[in-house]
Amino acid sequence: MNEQVITKTCIVCPVGCELSIQLGADGQCQEVTGHRCPRGQAYAIAEITDPRRVLTSTVAVAGSEHRLLPVRTKEAIPKDMLFAAIQELQKVLVKAPVHVGDVVIEDLLGTGIPVIASRDVKSA
Amino acid sequence: MTQSPLKIDVLVIGGGPAGLAAALAAKKQGAQKVAVIERNHELGGILQQCIHNGFGLHRFQEELSGPEYAARFIHQIEGSDIDVYLNTMVISLSKDRTVTAVSPTHGLLTCQAGAIILAMGCRERTRGAINIPGYRPAGVFTAGAAQRFMNIEGYLPGKDVVILGSGDIGLIMARRFTLEGAKVHAVVEILPYAAGLTRNVAQCLDDFSIPLHLSSTVVGIEGKDRVEAVTIAQVDNSRRPIPGTEQTIKCDTLLLSVGLIPENELSREAEVPLDPMTSGPQVNELRETAVSGVFACGNVLHVHDLVDYVSDEAEIAGTAAAEFAQDQLPGKSAAISIRPGSGIRYALPQTIEHNQPFDLYLRVVEPVENAVIQIGDRQIRHRKVKPSEMLKIPIKAKDLESWQGRQEIIVELKTAEQGRKKEAASR
Repeated sequence: MNEQVITKTCIVCPVGCELSIQLGADGQCQEVTGHRCPRGQAYAIAEITDPRRVLTSTVAVAGSEHRLLPVRTKEAIPKDMLFAAIQELQKVLVKAPVHVGDVVIEDLLGTGIPVIASRDVKSA
Repeated sequence: MTQSPLKIDVLVIGGGPAGLAAALAAKKQGAQKVAVIERNHELGGILQQCIHNGFGLHRFQEELSGPEYAARFIHQIEGSDIDVYLNTMVISLSKDRTVTAVSPTHGLLTCQAGAIILAMGCRERTRGAINIPGYRPAGVFTAGAAQRFMNIEGYLPGKDVVILGSGDIGLIMARRFTLEGAKVHAVVEILPYAAGLTRNVAQCLDDFSIPLHLSSTVVGIEGKDRVEAVTIAQVDNSRRPIPGTEQTIKCDTLLLSVGLIPENELSREAEVPLDPMTSGPQVNELRETAVSGVFACGNVLHVHDLVDYVSDEAEIAGTAAAEFAQDQLPGKSAAISIRPGSGIRYALPQTIEHNQPFDLYLRVVEPVENAVIQIGDRQIRHRKVKPSEMLKIPIKAKDLESWQGRQEIIVELKTAEQGRKKEAASR
């Protein structure tokens, strides 16, 4: 692999820094520039080695005036698993009441990362 | 039959993020009877349908979803003695702070408030506001309406989608549709740059290879019963479609993410003077409008990009409203107006009347690199400014001191050399 520079927009916070990631001949990250905080640098390295995203979606909920419960992964999951994770969420039916932070799936697709409820849903 | 009006110290109209934070702040500042009137069946406002994450980074140093952010405030409201009127709609507001509302449980309700906080939020611009020619088939939604269908009601509004406008809600919905199995064929933006936050372009469009067509717009909608295709075209510097650049994209859904308008019908009724640039009330640094005892905060005042700043602003309004209701609000000093000069779309507050340090909020007209914001005699450098990102500039005691005796402070954007050239070229 040739040395190259990859540019990315940081998504860690609303500032949205333009990151330049210098890759060495081995494809490894050699230098990050353009970030304004350590989290930006960590994000840039992760984008090359293990890109991850927090997934937010909804699952069906029974026994409430609400039809859906919004959920999210507690931490970012590998980016290439987003669509598989959505499929998993479509199988879920939770029963009201639910409290914000309740675990909906304990271990999403073997990542060890739970899916949690992102609001309270009272029972009907 | 008329009942004697309900006496309330601080009455908050709207139970979204602004209303919730304002009510809590008013309570904390010692207001006895605080009430929130909300027309929906639950508190939280638009946050309840914004299920994506990214809220609360400034306030909580966490990335919360919209409902989680709302829950932080709703739980505090529930643990307080603040009265909440749900399913209740304010139908009139007068200058003397009399409020008339209706609800299925309370019928007609009249309140006399010591102070009023306007926190009604904003609404989306619709197809009517942007004049797209063609038939009126089903399948044209505002991005927020589609968000509600998907995230609250559980319906997928369409499978092949084109999005007009690159505001944040449109970008977020591009990702949401994609994750739920629809195909987003294009996001079309009339301006030469994206209207939403850069990070939303990255994580909502780039992540899923959704094409963003800049300097382009929708010039036609095909289909009689349901949208069958849209035609897009590039636009010139005056935003007119360029003949010969049209392309037709087959789709069943067109989403509009073309801006938000503060919802100020009630403010107008109470004769609250509005700022034509923000479409919200003119306020001083405590968020008091020109109508004594009527305060405003959140998206009814000016459209925010971050809810964290809505909460901050609401706390300013809530605290001041409680002081007003208790007759503790300090007297006003000679007013200084803050006026947006060249390169600045708006600056808020529009007047300074209390001579205490505060944060000045402002938005620029177009993106500029190596910008210098000039406020009075003070200059502040910014590497990059964009219309989508509201700037927050602390005004310190020493600024106020140097402005004494002045009636007006002008805020201007001084551009770097290349910025000036670009401006000249587009004229």
